Amino acid sequence: MSFKTGGAPPRAPLSSRLGGRLSRMSWVDIVVAAAVLVLLYLVLRVGQGTTVRFSTDQSVVVDTDPARLPYDAARSLLRMFVALAASVVFTFAYAYAAAKSRRLERILIPALDILQSVPVLGFLTVAVTGFIALFPGSLLGLECASIFAIFTSQAWNMTFAFYHSLTSLPRELDELSRSFRFTKWMRFWKVEVPAGTIGLVWNGMMSFGGGWFFLVASEAISVNNKDYALPGVGSYAGAAVADGDLGKVGWAVLTMAVMVIGVNFLFWRPLTAWAERFKNEQSEAHEVQRSVVLDFLRRSNWPRLIGASLRPVGRALGRAARVFGTDDRPLTVDPTRRRTGDLAFGVVAGGLIAWGLVDLGRYLDNRTGLGVFGEPLLLGLVTFARVVVLVAVATVVWVPIGVRIGFSPRLTRIAQPIVQVLASFPANFLFPLAVWFFLKTGLSIDVGGILLMALGAQWYILFNAIAGAMAIPTDLREAMDDLGVTGRQRWRRLILPGVFPSYVTGGITASGGAWNASIVSEVVTFGGTTLTATGLGAYIAEATADGDFPRLIAGVAVMSLYVVGLNRLLWRRLYRLADTRYAL
Amino acid sequence: MALKALRKLRTPAATTGPAVTPPPAADGDALLEAVGLTKSYAGADGDLPVLSGIDLTVRAGEIVALLGKSGSGKSTLLRCLAGLIPASSGAVAYRGEPLTGANPGTAMVFQTFALLPWLTVRQNVELGLEARGVPADERARAAGQAIDLIGLDGFESAYPKELSGGMRQRVGFARALVVEPDVLMMDEPFSALDVLTAENLRGELMELWESGQFPTRAVVLVTHNIEEAVLMADRIVVLGSRPYGTIRETVEVGLDRPRDREAPAFQELIDRVYRIMTGRPKESRIPGRAEGADLDRRTVAGTPLPAATVDGLSGLAELVAHRGGRCDLADLADELGLDVDDLLPQVDALELLGFASIAGDDLVLSEPGTAFAEADVQTSKTIFAAAAVEIPLVKLITNSLRQQPDGAVRAGFFRDLLAHHFTSEQVERQLETATDWGRYAELYAYDAEPQEYRLDEGAAGEAGTG
Repeated sequence: MSFKTGGAPPRAPLSSRLGGRLSRMSWVDIVVAAAVLVLLYLVLRVGQGTTVRFSTDQSVVVDTDPARLPYDAARSLLRMFVALAASVVFTFAYAYAAAKSRRLERILIPALDILQSVPVLGFLTVAVTGFIALFPGSLLGLECASIFAIFTSQAWNMTFAFYHSLTSLPRELDELSRSFRFTKWMRFWKVEVPAGTIGLVWNGMMSFGGGWFFLVASEAISVNNKDYALPGVGSYAGAAVADGDLGKVGWAVLTMAVMVIGVNFLFWRPLTAWAERFKNEQSEAHEVQRSVVLDFLRRSNWPRLIGASLRPVGRALGRAARVFGTDDRPLTVDPTRRRTGDLAFGVVAGGLIAWGLVDLGRYLDNRTGLGVFGEPLLLGLVTFARVVVLVAVATVVWVPIGVRIGFSPRLTRIAQPIVQVLASFPANFLFPLAVWFFLKTGLSIDVGGILLMALGAQWYILFNAIAGAMAIPTDLREAMDDLGVTGRQRWRRLILPGVFPSYVTGGITASGGAWNASIVSEVVTFGGTTLTATGLGAYIAEATADGDFPRLIAGVAVMSLYVVGLNRLLWRRLYRLADTRYAL
Repeated sequence: MALKALRKLRTPAATTGPAVTPPPAADGDALLEAVGLTKSYAGADGDLPVLSGIDLTVRAGEIVALLGKSGSGKSTLLRCLAGLIPASSGAVAYRGEPLTGANPGTAMVFQTFALLPWLTVRQNVELGLEARGVPADERARAAGQAIDLIGLDGFESAYPKELSGGMRQRVGFARALVVEPDVLMMDEPFSALDVLTAENLRGELMELWESGQFPTRAVVLVTHNIEEAVLMADRIVVLGSRPYGTIRETVEVGLDRPRDREAPAFQELIDRVYRIMTGRPKESRIPGRAEGADLDRRTVAGTPLPAATVDGLSGLAELVAHRGGRCDLADLADELGLDVDDLLPQVDALELLGFASIAGDDLVLSEPGTAFAEADVQTSKTIFAAAAVEIPLVKLITNSLRQQPDGAVRAGFFRDLLAHHFTSEQVERQLETATDWGRYAELYAYDAEPQEYRLDEGAAGEAGTG
């Protein structure tokens, strides 16, 4: 056989091809165009509200007319998406810096590990005061604080995922980029970002789900004995709760459910289905993500038209970005220069950290003395006990159910989307109902707090139990059937070891979530009645409300310590065990 | 015809490349030059060489094959020449200029294709031109011609995952050729393809080269396939892996093109290269089981275990036994549908154990080797244990365990010892093989969880010490 020859078929000029397409504009295109227009209008209309004048002396009155709910919901949604965009930008910058600079990596990655264990809600106070000072006399400060809270719940996970994909880029793709002398810009957008897209999208979706919780928690907040509220579903629900009006709380819950499901359907499903194209595999997969919305969009001409009109912009950017240089690594490094650089960097970084520590120590010493750490350390034990009970009970209840669901493809199809929605539904939304229930039955909040924490955290265990059961190969189950391995023996020999790796993932997420949730679960209010449990969460919540910074710092630091310690001493070890012994 | 398309490809791209295009090199001009090249990786005792003392010149107009077993450092050498990894000492120059980064005069074709799955065939082919800042329309034209040339027309808008392996590698070739590098670097480009596809693609490529209009001035081909090297190269550089990558011999291939595999001269050359590859370096010991005095001198460092499992080496021994205890290795490989080099780890293992020796082109089973191949499971374990316990690393592990009161030693202990002589990857492979052999011989057991070796009590191992 010889090489095929012959020129490319003659092409029609671009304008006539576009014209041909335009004349065939279908109703699909018109629907999509209208939808985009409406969306733009809504964003502008809703966005206007964020710059409304506002002064800190103003008393906060939230209008609880159910007719206002659509507007409130839109404001909440806008916040969520702005936070998501901020997370993506942060992810690109932070992960890129950590992956490319050997020196920065040493600081950035451990810092990220700590940051993701810090109870975000504890920092809301600091954020609110800071941002209000930044935008005096405008609601924008409060908006930023709320967005910041959501951001901190999303960014770390996404950054880790992207950093991981940057550092584990397949060797041949790295060599391809350098051998063909790609520009740095090309390497980032054509190789590194696409290779990390799947991880980023899935992590983004999970984190977005977790973000609802912080949205609700951050829209209405009292700091320094002052109440702040932003228009949104969370503050609406907060006001309804304060009034003790269960009917309005019901409306808010319904709105929330519609939002969670709607965003999933209109945004995340299409995005995950679209991300399929970035799978780095050599054959067509059997199971692919599908989305009705994406199929609909693909049937319209808009994606192609927009793509064609954006291409010149992309090219111009690519040309401009040539100034960043070519993707190349110098073959020779001067060892003395390198060591001097390391040393200088180490001294500067170490110096800054030491200075900060000394300053913090002096501040605490002046205000309260270092004894301030004693109380939270003890209270932490109480909350720790709650987390242990929660994880243990959730395991006993949800693992068998999850396994049952995971083994049946039919049940999985029905249950998985439901569990996904339940996991992203902000549990703090349901707290008022729970408090009402506690008041009726006389259940102590010290015990009931576990229930409140579980409302949000337990789903991770169920979710991962399902995934783990699905991952057990069918032939293993058939072999066990064949050998007559049933009952207890089957659980001990096949099911538990098989589910273990993904259970550990679920467990670590659930326990982290429970610690965070304790800040809002150990102090709850409904219609003028406040229930307070003994625990580290309540300690932090009270310090926040009083604006007591030394106690707040101590509480947050101790909680971070507990979370990091638990991760290192327990979960990491289980991870390693799962990896070496029970990997399927 | 291919030629017409080729001319079309050469003319426009040669005028468009905004990157400084050096004047075309005349045949015989040195393009790539490595002098005293050494590459080593960090080990416990300092650096462990993978390549040592390599002097190599690649000239315009020639195809150079780097041939060697796995672990001979041939891919490492290719990457040093391409400026992708730094040499530890020595220098690499392109057209007389020492390299400071990726070589501007080379383009690489990868074993695993390295196509970006999210780009279409056309976009993949355009990547190199885009990196040089070639304007979009010229890029599209040059890519279109390369796509035609390489037989990919009709596939321009396909995504890589829709293509067969052969078509994917064509994209790899088109992508490299379209930038018209001085030297085309090919890293085992056909080894991920099935036999027929590889044969077809090789043939087309050689046809292009022979036409004298190949868009590159020289080719460096990394391969472990002897026949491929003899078929394609003007010069074969055979790399040896013991003790570490050195150039064992350079063979000029004077055969006319197109080359006829059936020609006696072709076959003779294959045999000659094969002997160079399997033969021991001149100063080394005689193949086969060494005598008593020599045995004591064998060290863990000088006697690495080949990457052969007990299943694999006993399978080979049985095959040879079926053929009367002696057979031509090349023929055997052919029958099995394998390359000779696929069998080399097993052959090395049989030699090391004293079960077989190389005589000319034949593998000959020794007496214990025949007994090992024909015995039942228990007996063959005993025979294997007796031979294995003389292998330095196995002996080291067994003796260390016997000196421990509890008969257990952490794997880390051996890992540290081996780290003086091997890279960490090699250490893992050595221990893996030693574990497999020791377990089968029932000399010792290994617990993966505490990562610990234990004596296998009351097993065949005791008999093996006699």
